[in-house]
Amino acid sequence: MAVMGIAEALREGIREEMRRDPTVFCIGEDIGVPGGWGGAFTVTLGLSEEFGPERIIDTPISESGFAGIAVGAAMTGMRPIADVQYGDFLFCMMDQLVNQAAKMTYMAGGAVKVPLVMRAPVGSTRRGAQHAQTLEVFFTHVPGLKVVAPSTAYDAKGLLKAAVRDDNPVLMFEHKLLYGSKGNRAEKGAVSPIGEVPDEDYIVPIGKGAIRRPGKDVTIVGKLLTVYRALGAADQLAEQGIDAEVIDPRTLVPLDKELILESVRKTHRFVVVEEDNRTHGWGAEIAAMVAEEAFWYLDAPPVRVSAPDIPPPFAPGLEELYVPSIDRVVAAVKGLF
Amino acid sequence: MPEPLGADRLLALYRKMLLIRRFEERCNALFLQGRIPSTLHLYIGQEASATGVCAALRQDDFVLGTHRPHGHALAKDVSPRIIMAELMAKATGCCRGKGGSMHVGDVRQGVFPAVAIVGAGCPIAAGVGLSARMRGTDQVAVAFHGEGAANEGDWHEALNMAAIWKLPVIYVCENNLYGASTHFDKVFRVAHVADRAVAYGMPGVTVDGNDVEAVRDAAITAVARARAGEGPTLLETLTYRQCGHSRSDACDYRPDDEETEWKSRDPLTVTGARLLAEPHSLPQSALDEAEASVATEIDDAIAFADASPAPSPDELERYVYWEGD
Repeated sequence: MAVMGIAEALREGIREEMRRDPTVFCIGEDIGVPGGWGGAFTVTLGLSEEFGPERIIDTPISESGFAGIAVGAAMTGMRPIADVQYGDFLFCMMDQLVNQAAKMTYMAGGAVKVPLVMRAPVGSTRRGAQHAQTLEVFFTHVPGLKVVAPSTAYDAKGLLKAAVRDDNPVLMFEHKLLYGSKGNRAEKGAVSPIGEVPDEDYIVPIGKGAIRRPGKDVTIVGKLLTVYRALGAADQLAEQGIDAEVIDPRTLVPLDKELILESVRKTHRFVVVEEDNRTHGWGAEIAAMVAEEAFWYLDAPPVRVSAPDIPPPFAPGLEELYVPSIDRVVAAVKGLF
Repeated sequence: MPEPLGADRLLALYRKMLLIRRFEERCNALFLQGRIPSTLHLYIGQEASATGVCAALRQDDFVLGTHRPHGHALAKDVSPRIIMAELMAKATGCCRGKGGSMHVGDVRQGVFPAVAIVGAGCPIAAGVGLSARMRGTDQVAVAFHGEGAANEGDWHEALNMAAIWKLPVIYVCENNLYGASTHFDKVFRVAHVADRAVAYGMPGVTVDGNDVEAVRDAAITAVARARAGEGPTLLETLTYRQCGHSRSDACDYRPDDEETEWKSRDPLTVTGARLLAEPHSLPQSALDEAEASVATEIDDAIAFADASPAPSPDELERYVYWEGD
C-alpha cells in the first residue's frame, strides 16, 4: 500500500492500464515532451520514457482536432486517454464530445462503441475567467457521456482504471487544488489529499458514491473540492451538536441516487455544495431529485450552496467569496434547524 | 498511373453510379409521398466521386460520410435494403431507426454513421487512420466532405495532424460549388480547395469529379501513398449538386446556364458514352440491362423497408450507451 496524491495516483493508474492493454494510449498537449511538465499538472510526467512518443502522443494546440482523433481511434479498437490542460478548453472541442462521442453509439443503433477517456482539470485557482471554471454540469446534461469526479487518490486511480475499461466516453474531472502536484507545478492553497493506494489492481466502479462521514442530522453532498468544504463544515457543526453526513457521489453520471436518497430518508435535511454557478446548475439537479423522490422525508427545503452567477474572479479576495467556504456551508446547514 | 479499366469493370462502376442515381430519385419520390419522414440531402450529380474513390478501397478500409451520405454508403457496398429501411424509419434500418438520412452507415462495410456536422468527420478520420497504424494494419480512412468543410476549424486541425503524423487518410473534398446556397467564389480566395494542401505539407490533387475513371485513378494513387505510410492526400473532386441542397430547395440562386453546363457533363452520360464508344464498344443493351437490374434492386429495397416494422416504443432509450456486441 503506497501513499500518494491524486496526480501520482492517476499517473500510476494510466501506467498500469497501458501495461495491461496495448490499445490504451494517451493524447494531449505537452503531455510527453522530454524535459517538459507531463501535462499541465504533472499527471503524465515520465510516462513517455516508458511508453515512447507513439503511445504518449503530444499534439499541436488543436483541442477539437485531437478530441476528434481520440473519437476516431476509439471507434476502431483503441482506448485513448485524452486530456486538456484546463477544463475550460473542453468548450473548444464541444462538438466532438457532444455531437460525436456522445451520440455515435446511439446514431449507429448500438453498432459502434466509443471507449474514450477525456480528463479535464477544473476549479478556481487564481487564474480568472478562462482557466478556472467548474464545468461538470455542461456534460452531465449530455446523454451518452459518463462523468466521474474523484476527490481522493484511491478513487482517482480506481475511477481512471474503470473509465479506461468502460466502453463509453467517460469524462473525468479533476480539481486543480486536489492534485498534489509537486515542484514548480504545485498549487497555492491546495488541499492535496494524500491517501493510501493499493499496489494490486483494483477499480472504483463507475456509478457508486461514497459516504465520507456518517451522520444522522443532515445530508451534505459535495464533489471534488466541495467534499472537503463539506467535511470542514461537518467538523464545525459537530462542535455545535449537529451530526452531518457527507456524501461524495464520485460519479456524476450515472448518479448513485439511492445512496443520497437513503441518507436523506435518515437525516431529513439536505444541502448540496458545488463550485458551479448556481442557476441551472448541478446542485439544482441534485436538489430537484431529492425534492421529487424524498419530499415527504424532508423537514426543511433542500438547499444549495453554490458559486454566484458570475465568471470566476481573479482577485484572491473575490475568489474566496466565489468558491463556497466552510462558513457558508455551516450557515446553510444551521438555517435548516 | 493505375491500369485503365476494362469494359466489365467500367460497366460495374457505371452500374454503381446508376444505383446511386436511381436510389436518390426514388428517395425523392418517397419523400414527396410522405413515406420518408425526413429532410433529404441527395447525391444526384456527384455519383462519380464516391464511386471512383470507393473503387480504390478494400472492404476493410474505412469511410466517413457527410450529411449527404447515401452515395458514400452505397458506393462502399452498404446494402440498399438497410439504407432504405433507415430512411423510412424502420427497425431494420442500418441505424435501427436511430439515425435517419444524415447518419446512414454500416460498420460491417467500414462505413461509420455519417457525421452531419460539417467538417467534424475530418479529425475522426485522422483518428481512424492513427488507430489503423497503431493496430499494425494497412487500412486507410477516407473522409468525404464538401468544399464548405474546408472553412471549418476541424478541417484545418485534422489536415495538419494527419500530415505531421503521416496518417493513412484521404481527404476527399467533393467541391460541388455550393455550401447550401453559398457559391464557392464568395467564401474562397484560392482557385481550388486542393491549393490549401501545400499549407499542410501534403499533396493536393484536383480532378474532374464527374469522371469516375479520373477519380478512381487519383484515389488509387492517394490510397497507395497512405498504405505505404507516406501520409495523407487532399483529393478535390470537382462536381455539381444537380438537385437542391435539401428538400424544397428550388435552387433559385443558381444561374440556368451553369446548371445546363454541368448537366451536359453528367457522370452517367460521360461514362455511358465511353462504354458505347471505342475501345469498349458495348451495345446499348448493356446499359439497359444495368438500368433494369438497378430498378429491381431498388424495388427490393423499398419492399424490404415497407415490410419492416417501425422501432417499438421500448427501443426509445436503447443504445444511448454501449450494450455489447
